[in-house]
Amino acid sequence: MNWYVIGLQQLINGLALGSVYALIALGYTMVYGIIKLINFAHGEIYMLGAYLGFYAITSLNLSLVPAMVLAMVSAAIIGMLLERVAYRPLRSSPRIAVLITAIGASLLFQSTAQLVFGASFKPFPQAIPFTRIQLGPVFTTNRQLLIFGVAVALMIALHIIVQYTTFGKAMRAVSMDKDAAQLMGINIDRVISITFALGSALAAAAGILVGMYYNRIDPYMGTMPGLKAFVAAVLGGIGIVPGAVVGGLLMGVAENMVVAFVSSTLRDAVAFAILIAVLLFRPNGLLGKNRTEKV
Amino acid sequence: MNRRTMYTGLALALIYLLVHGLQAFGLLLSYHVQILSLACINIILVVSLNLINGFTGQFSIGHAGFLAVGAYSSAYLTVTFHTPFFVALLVGAIFAGIVGLIIGLPALRLKGDYLAIATLGFGEIIRVIILNTQAVGGARGFSGIPNYTTFGNSYLLAILTVFVIRNFVNSDHGRACLAIREDEIAAESLGVHSTYFKTLAFSLGAFFAGIAGGLFSHYLQYMAPTSGQIGFMKSIDILIMLVLGGLGNITGSVIAAVVLTIVPELLRGFAEYRMVIYSIILILVMIYRPDGLLGGRSLGYARLKNSIEGVKAHASHK
Amino acid sequence: MLATNNLQVNDLCVNFGGLQAVNKVSFSLKPQSLGALIGPNGAGKTTVFNALTGLCRVSSGQIEFGNEHIANQPAHYIARRGIARTFQNIRLFKNLTVLDNLRIAYHQNRQYPLLSAIFLTTKFRQEEKQITAKAEEALSLVNLSERSQSLAGSLPYGEQRRVEIARALMLNPHLLLLDEPAAGMNPQETQTLLQLIRDLRDNLKLSILLIEHDMKLVMNLCEELFVLDYGQLIAAGCPKTVQNDPRVIQAYLGGKTA
Repeated sequence: MNWYVIGLQQLINGLALGSVYALIALGYTMVYGIIKLINFAHGEIYMLGAYLGFYAITSLNLSLVPAMVLAMVSAAIIGMLLERVAYRPLRSSPRIAVLITAIGASLLFQSTAQLVFGASFKPFPQAIPFTRIQLGPVFTTNRQLLIFGVAVALMIALHIIVQYTTFGKAMRAVSMDKDAAQLMGINIDRVISITFALGSALAAAAGILVGMYYNRIDPYMGTMPGLKAFVAAVLGGIGIVPGAVVGGLLMGVAENMVVAFVSSTLRDAVAFAILIAVLLFRPNGLLGKNRTEKV
Repeated sequence: MNRRTMYTGLALALIYLLVHGLQAFGLLLSYHVQILSLACINIILVVSLNLINGFTGQFSIGHAGFLAVGAYSSAYLTVTFHTPFFVALLVGAIFAGIVGLIIGLPALRLKGDYLAIATLGFGEIIRVIILNTQAVGGARGFSGIPNYTTFGNSYLLAILTVFVIRNFVNSDHGRACLAIREDEIAAESLGVHSTYFKTLAFSLGAFFAGIAGGLFSHYLQYMAPTSGQIGFMKSIDILIMLVLGGLGNITGSVIAAVVLTIVPELLRGFAEYRMVIYSIILILVMIYRPDGLLGGRSLGYARLKNSIEGVKAHASHK
Repeated sequence: MLATNNLQVNDLCVNFGGLQAVNKVSFSLKPQSLGALIGPNGAGKTTVFNALTGLCRVSSGQIEFGNEHIANQPAHYIARRGIARTFQNIRLFKNLTVLDNLRIAYHQNRQYPLLSAIFLTTKFRQEEKQITAKAEEALSLVNLSERSQSLAGSLPYGEQRRVEIARALMLNPHLLLLDEPAAGMNPQETQTLLQLIRDLRDNLKLSILLIEHDMKLVMNLCEELFVLDYGQLIAAGCPKTVQNDPRVIQAYLGGKTA
């Protein structure tokens, strides 16, 4: 096979993986945009989403779409609870305290999942039969198309919510200036809650998509994709919604290319190398504007 | 030497004799003494992270990366060249310090959570490099490391670490670090070269983490490049001890390191609940006692007096 | 030596994005003089201070202090050249004691090396004693000796402002920049402050430039005023001249309708 065929194939695989990163990254970026918190537990919500989907399909015998909706709604509630219980009491605390809490929440979800669901992996049920679609020298699969399709649909839905609804307007206002938004009569607590709900729902969807893609889920599956999605959000410009999409897709493609052309052991290093490069050379991300710190 | 130093020295010597005495009488098994060595290693890790996170106000969550550098480089020396242990420890620590310098120089331009994420990234990159280095076993792990770590040498090095870091913090250099933690802009405007001191604290912390690493690898005799041993999860373990002991509190770090090493060993039957309990405590502490269970600064008479006077001053001017 | 420590600012410009916060400002301050930077809110006074102390980027123009160009030098470097400052929104190290706040500011004069501190050598102990004595002396200058062990953040507002001045003095500065030193003080405290500033100038032989909205204080205290409006210097000179300058009156009372 020629190198460009490999490249093209990895581009397809990378876009599928990248759209998952993008879905998770959206949650990071929205939360960061609104309360300046890296929600470390976000990757764990994605993991929980996968398990919720798993039980919805295997125990409740639901088909894929209702299972996904159920998982997204449940994850949204978990996300709102997390914010209410762990983050809201710390809203005026130093950022470091909140960050430590977020790490704590992440550990809590992970270790609880390990207790409840077991530490070993579970095979994810195949809700749709697998087919391979040949496109000239390269191929894609119906699962990849499904991942990509669902991800795009959810992103469009989110875009409509953020840009064209009253809630979206309130959310943008809060992220620009919390105090001013409050003075304009916006219920900040509610906006933050809904932001967590939206982000968590997207992460849950991503969890189910990945469960189907790799056929397996385990309690630790959230850590790495969570970190990588965060990197994607930083890459695109944290707090910027389209940035998360761009960053996620780029990350997915970059990772697949490195695995194909360099070494598979470097899979996880790619994300961190990108992260460090971005932080050092373009800390506001690809789509971010430069800001100066006020003295 | 004043009286307080003398008493402290005496107490430390007594603890050492006590441990060995109890072991001689069979009251402490060698398994117990091993746990105490691990506690000393953890003291070094937590106190050195305290220098970076607690006293200088930087937020590193990649401390295990420096532990890894020290652990692997010193083990490589003793295994391949039969280097004397203390030389290997020192070389490993210097190596970790240099890596700290190389990472710190660019990373410390970042602040708060961005710095946290960058240190996490660097830590994971160190792990991936080790994973890909066949000379130290790569993904298989590094085995056959001699059993050089004893309670005696880890205890001594823990004391040395606490001594050095405490004196650092009480010097002008340490005050510069505290100033950076409190308000970097004000510190700069008072002539403090903040980049220099942040990097100094970071590399010094990395140096001591390197010592801990050397002790760690010669304690376990086998290093695996896993997240729990040299990666993110290990960094988080150290961070939990630091936070529970209190940021900027050396006494707290020591107590937390000892307690959180011993308690999980006592509760081995409940191992799977350990992280659940830790994480709940971590969240509760951040919400209700953000200065740690033992308060923000080292315990002592002066601190107590300060806080009483502070309250008085506040009240009289209300 | 004193003559070389005058401050000379030429065509200073500071831009934030598209906004010109300071526009071609030129002025000079002779050694041992008392000057004030005045003007309406948002005129760019604090930005001038930030430019002088290296806390914001100078877009163009020169700042000369003691025959050296200091524009865009790092803040810690400028502090070492002898310019000390206080902040409008008080930037004390709130969780440290008052004494430690002051001792930190002795940083640039510290002689002992790090190893000396780690091994607790005699040199280290002696110098630490000197630093503490020096800090106590500075604290007594602002009449706050009894507060040395309090946490800085626990002091009342007026005392915090005085601690910040004492801390700046620990740098042994040639030029002291005070950003709204009387803000939040009652008339009594303001009177003490006025006397303190005079004493500092006379006894420590330093120049003081302050930003202040209390016109009574400014007119009583300062020999030279510089008036900023919309980032531009619109008047300069002794209090009498500035007071009667039509542009100054216009800037303060509005009436830009013409």
